[in-house]
Amino acid sequence: MAFFNVAHLHISFGGLKAVNNISFDVQRNEIFSIIGPNGSGKTTIFNLISGIYRPDEGRIVLEGENMVGKTPDRIARKGIARTFQNIELFANATVMDNLMLGRHIHMRTGIFGGAFMFGSRSRAAREEVAHREKVERIIDFLELQSVRDQFVGGLAYGKRKLVELGRALAMEPKVMLLDEPSAGMNTEEKDDLTIWIKDIRDDFQVTILLIEHDMNMIMGISDRVLAMNQGREIIQGAPGEVQRHPEVIKAYLGEEAIA
Amino acid sequence: MDMKRSYYEDIELFGSGTVLFWAIILLAGLLAAPFFATQYHVYLFNLILVHIIVAVGLNILVGSTGQIALGHGGFFAIGAFVTVLLMTKLQLPFFVALLGSAFIAAFFGFLLGLPALRLEGPYLAIATLAFGLAIMHIIGHMELFGGRTGLSAPPLDIGIPQLGFSWVLHSQVSKYYLILAITVGMVLFAINILKTKAGRAFVAIRDSEIAAEVIGINLAVYKTLAFAVSAFYAGIAGGLYAFVLGFFDPFTFNLILSVIFLVMVVVGGLGSVMGAIAGATLITYLMYDLFKNVGEVPVVGDLLVSFSRQWLTVSGIDNFNLIALGLVMIGIIIFEPLGIFGAWIRVKKYWKTWPF
Repeated sequence: MAFFNVAHLHISFGGLKAVNNISFDVQRNEIFSIIGPNGSGKTTIFNLISGIYRPDEGRIVLEGENMVGKTPDRIARKGIARTFQNIELFANATVMDNLMLGRHIHMRTGIFGGAFMFGSRSRAAREEVAHREKVERIIDFLELQSVRDQFVGGLAYGKRKLVELGRALAMEPKVMLLDEPSAGMNTEEKDDLTIWIKDIRDDFQVTILLIEHDMNMIMGISDRVLAMNQGREIIQGAPGEVQRHPEVIKAYLGEEAIA
Repeated sequence: MDMKRSYYEDIELFGSGTVLFWAIILLAGLLAAPFFATQYHVYLFNLILVHIIVAVGLNILVGSTGQIALGHGGFFAIGAFVTVLLMTKLQLPFFVALLGSAFIAAFFGFLLGLPALRLEGPYLAIATLAFGLAIMHIIGHMELFGGRTGLSAPPLDIGIPQLGFSWVLHSQVSKYYLILAITVGMVLFAINILKTKAGRAFVAIRDSEIAAEVIGINLAVYKTLAFAVSAFYAGIAGGLYAFVLGFFDPFTFNLILSVIFLVMVVVGGLGSVMGAIAGATLITYLMYDLFKNVGEVPVVGDLLVSFSRQWLTVSGIDNFNLIALGLVMIGIIIFEPLGIFGAWIRVKKYWKTWPF
């Protein structure tokens, strides 16, 4: 049984079959990419996996446990973290607080414990400090020190993308869903991001599902790629193989790319 | 430049010596205040403190969690009536009754939080408003709560009279010290809550529900928790309010009161504990004290009174307070949408970077 497995996933909105019989297996510590033109159903797959939508049919299995029917917060606790295409951060909180929110599922302090946080030796304070240390490591890793105490709403787009990535990483997930992490970044930032994604896989032992439009990035870091169009699978396989497939070139890269 | 040496300094109650210094000065001032104030002003201080507790609690719900609520007069009423009834009918000691009534208010807060899971914005405003009105009328129609005539508070005995240890607070001044101590405690609790896990989860729900869900925050749990916590605060405040007034009827807790609570939070600055304190202080002062005796204002007093009688009211001069209140509200919303707290941040920034 594969580490993470999606089988015969279907969902339709009205008459539109947004995701139509999609299946794939992802091995532990793999980087698995999903490509396809806009509206082909990539983000819908992520929304199905993270529990925002419920599939009409199909199974989503992480380490033998079915995720279908669980609420998003249950799924997060099972070890699936994600980022969003259009960035969903907590704009009126600092970078630090956003990352600390990534630690939410690992923290125990309740409302009463929190209220009685008097002195550095109270239970709440000790837990707070322990988790701040973990978050500080992520701040170091993603080079966010300069914006640590700034409000997220005022940050540049590229930085906000990183904060969102950091928040997902702070959850210490088993699987991370990255929805167009490089959108809005310049070439230099994209190069850094590529290295970070590899590091997240290698050093943090996270399996990564990636939606991306930047073909250089896809071809550079993916172990396997799924290409889709209009909710259906075109092909899945090694990046080179997928890139050469005529239907992929036609649907996604454009007719002239054949020449 | 503030230099930090440990992670704990981030979450410390008093971030620096300066803050601690001013906190002590403020506390000393508050402790000394009754010696320089008239009986009436001590009563006013008590009202302000009670309103601070409500505003700080309401701010957790409206400011931090982003759930609008127009029914906190209802929780305030539950606090007042239940505290008095627990003391007179069940003979419970004051502190037990106060905590008991606050937990009962918190339970009602939890119940009101349930429909809030499906409602937001104006719909939630209407639902909570209806709750506030319903509580007022339910209490007014039950003999247990004294019906329309209301209840009078028993002597405020903060000991345990059942065990022969009795300590009755008679004067407004002695009540002031009790209420001050409880207010300081409630404010510190709120600051701590907002700095730890639950407080961050509240802010997360306010800023993006979908992101809050996918990082593992259970919306149902934390939304109802926010309602319960803020109702708890209103319950504590209500219990104290009963003893400040001495006598109260259901219509003390009318719709206007609920609206005024919300005004305090908005004027003070949404999402900030200090803002809620400032808002509660300012609005209470405007409502209860400023222009209370317009006629005594030097030079223009008589003119204002006659102007008011002729043009502004049908009932007398009382509405000068409300006019001032309205003007302040309009002014703050136009010039400083972040409220008093926003203005404070601007001033602080100005001094930090002065002379640039």
